Amino acid sequence: MSELGHPRLAQKFASDTKRMHWHDKALWFVREKRDVQTHSLDEWEELRECADKIKTHTLENLAFYLEEFERNTRENGIEVHWAKDADEHNKIVLDILQKHDASKLVKSKSMLTEECHLNPFLEKNGIEVVDTDLGERIVQLRHEAPSHIVLPAIHLKKEDVGKTFEEFLHTQKDNSDPTYLTRAAREHLREKFLGSDASLTGVNFAISETGGIVVCTNEGNADLGASLPKLHIACMGIEKIIPRLEDLAIFTRVLARSATGQPVTTYTTHYHEPQRDGEMHIVIVDNGRSKILANKKYLKSLQCIRCGACINTCPIYRRSGGYSYGYTIPGPIGSTLGASHDIKRNFTLPFACSLCASCTNVCPVKVDLHEQLYLHRQDVVDLGLLDKKKLQALKIATFFMQHPLLMDIGGKIARVVMPLLPRSIVYSKYNIWGKNRELPKFPKNSFKELYKKRKR
Amino acid sequence: MNSKETILANIKNANRPNITKLPNIDILHVEYEDKDEKFSQTLKSVGGVASWLENDSSIEEFIEKNYDDLGLIGTNLDLNITHIKPNDIDDPHALKDIDLAIIKGEFAVAENGAVWVKESDNTNRAIYFIAKKLLIIIEKNNIVNTMHEAYKKIKFEKSGFGLFISGPSKTADIEQALVIGAHGAMECRVLFV
Amino acid sequence: MKIGLFIPCFMNELYPQASMDTLKILESFGLDVEYPMEQTCCGQPQANTGCAHEASILAKRFLQIFKKYDYIVAPSGSCVSMVRYNYAQFLEGMDGFEHIKNNTFELIEFIHDIIKPDSLHVSFPHKVSIHNSCHAHRELGLASMSEKSVTPFSKIKDILEMVDGISFATLQRNDECCGFGGTFAVTEEAMSIAMGRDRVADHIRSGSEYITGVDMSCLMHMQGIIEREKLPIQTIYIAQILARGLK
Repeated sequence: MSELGHPRLAQKFASDTKRMHWHDKALWFVREKRDVQTHSLDEWEELRECADKIKTHTLENLAFYLEEFERNTRENGIEVHWAKDADEHNKIVLDILQKHDASKLVKSKSMLTEECHLNPFLEKNGIEVVDTDLGERIVQLRHEAPSHIVLPAIHLKKEDVGKTFEEFLHTQKDNSDPTYLTRAAREHLREKFLGSDASLTGVNFAISETGGIVVCTNEGNADLGASLPKLHIACMGIEKIIPRLEDLAIFTRVLARSATGQPVTTYTTHYHEPQRDGEMHIVIVDNGRSKILANKKYLKSLQCIRCGACINTCPIYRRSGGYSYGYTIPGPIGSTLGASHDIKRNFTLPFACSLCASCTNVCPVKVDLHEQLYLHRQDVVDLGLLDKKKLQALKIATFFMQHPLLMDIGGKIARVVMPLLPRSIVYSKYNIWGKNRELPKFPKNSFKELYKKRKR
Repeated sequence: MNSKETILANIKNANRPNITKLPNIDILHVEYEDKDEKFSQTLKSVGGVASWLENDSSIEEFIEKNYDDLGLIGTNLDLNITHIKPNDIDDPHALKDIDLAIIKGEFAVAENGAVWVKESDNTNRAIYFIAKKLLIIIEKNNIVNTMHEAYKKIKFEKSGFGLFISGPSKTADIEQALVIGAHGAMECRVLFV
Repeated sequence: MKIGLFIPCFMNELYPQASMDTLKILESFGLDVEYPMEQTCCGQPQANTGCAHEASILAKRFLQIFKKYDYIVAPSGSCVSMVRYNYAQFLEGMDGFEHIKNNTFELIEFIHDIIKPDSLHVSFPHKVSIHNSCHAHRELGLASMSEKSVTPFSKIKDILEMVDGISFATLQRNDECCGFGGTFAVTEEAMSIAMGRDRVADHIRSGSEYITGVDMSCLMHMQGIIEREKLPIQTIYIAQILARGLK
């Protein structure tokens, strides 16, 4: 995907202006709903402060909390597994399923399993995997990846969904009413739930002190899945830990408000034991996270609670769509995680940003997103991944900027010559600025010249 | 080294500072003059309904008055209406045709319309999610302002499963159009008694 | 007190009048202002492209040129933000760094926070809309951000409200980025243009005659789109409003 890089894929998305504006408005609508919720709380900024401190403290003491979590979880009768990387994670999940002769898995949203490419791995091994979140089911049927971490099918219009359901769920032709389609999905997935052998969920929060996990959903899909079949597997990154049960007061207050502008998710479900006669397994995954933990510059990206607020507010994401990033997680948080994960593959992502800083200020856990993207750019340059022409131009500019006289002469020549050149030369294909914008009019004198004249 | 040891060693080697204390999260938070009213409003905004039982009325009467087509009722509460007891059923799949689940809530949260549900004696979690309609019964005046107050009341000593339910299940995954009734309950009523 | 006037490199070459207006305003408050001749660029284009080495050369240069002034004032939010927040990586611990970090101000910020005038003798009988440029807005804090839960304020509006006859148009999105973003304008040309068009459209929809703001770079970008597409609005740098009638 990322062979083309963000600029080209973004341009492609934006070339359908109408659809781009529709996408932009859909996400801005979510941002506005978020504003209504957060602005109504006087303590909002203090909540962010607390959330930041809890996460910072936890990351500083992560090994301690993970071990405490494992101990308490085992005491609660839940099994714990550790996976260094995606491959090991996938094998652990398959192994658990095979031990239980489980061939039908219902799955709720987990960006971690997307990151590990769990679905294709399980399918190759004969497991039927059904994503049960409506948006995820839609993109699964279309063989697409989620284009957003909270709103997986935000890139699709209801007509697109209608067509997909027509094909796979045999809904009425040309009926794209959201309620009708949601009902059809409910029926279709209800059968999948009832016929499943095992369920897999993500984890929103893992509580060290009590040895339990919390999963938040609006649809009730994770919850229904984890209460029908006897086997429940929950997969989490090492950074999902929070120390105390009471810390949830902060996180449940900020998560849904930031994500969708709801005061809380419909279901905030706490699991501290398997269901009756059932089994519960938790898989704790590193997959590059401890590497980020070791890098002070990007450490805070591990604080992310995956609310998606930075994605909704990002003026670039809204106009370029999730796929333009070519990484599992799009938007500002995806750009920093993607760059940390594999900068050679994702080197255009830190530049898919105008450094407007809206993301940093919307983030409920205060991840310094735009500052991280700024710093990743230095890594891109250090690794020699920046476009050679651009690098050369900046080096030349820097040389001029150290020599005011050369700079003045250069400026003077430009101001004299440019107005004399024919438009076809000034606006040649090399003038990227001028492709869709006029250049400013070149004045006769620079400020410096006027200043000197005035002084005399 | 096994994977656990490798991961923990990597984390310990990450050389992070150790300077940030866990914050006191007892911050000043919003308090509502009329918590009943706030809860009712918030629950309505998330698609649910809050009702208060009149003094001389019973839960049974309320159900009769408010549900036209009763269908199959599932509840572990001792109610004088025809129902099945989820606790009597071994296989949760057998709950699939329940139309109305009546469950007990511990307390309600005014700021977000949520109700804390933790029936220690319930052995079938599916009842909360599988029924078409949900009726949550709570004792009157059991409303807290915010999640700060809520988590002070929550413990996992006796049993390990509990959840907040805020309204009926919902989704907006198709063009951001809100549709009530995704996989869980399509209707959610909270009754204070 | 001696003020060092810091004129961004592109403004020196392309916007001499707006730069001169900045000087005139400062002088109108009776300040002793000097433009050090050897100044060029703060290094922001390099820094924002990841060229830390090149940026550090220019940062050191800037420090040497400007550290002797009591205050450094610039008609640009983003260049000031570079000095205040991004120079630390290059200059931390160097003699004079803390001084320039704490005493470099964007023009409006300087007038609002340091000069604190009661009135301005200037008239501009037009409807304007304020473009909150990102670095001035979210890093320097010239106005409250829509992301935060704080009491709304705007230092820019506070100052403009002292102008006779001026009125303000309201935008649908008060502080969305215009898509200039320095080298972003070229690296991500399609995004930059899409964002710029949307921003200009919001200003036009508001009924505004002039888009004004504290960063000429954002205005240059939007003006470029306005002229190419012959749109019914103009941009005007804020000093060009405030310096009306000044000699």
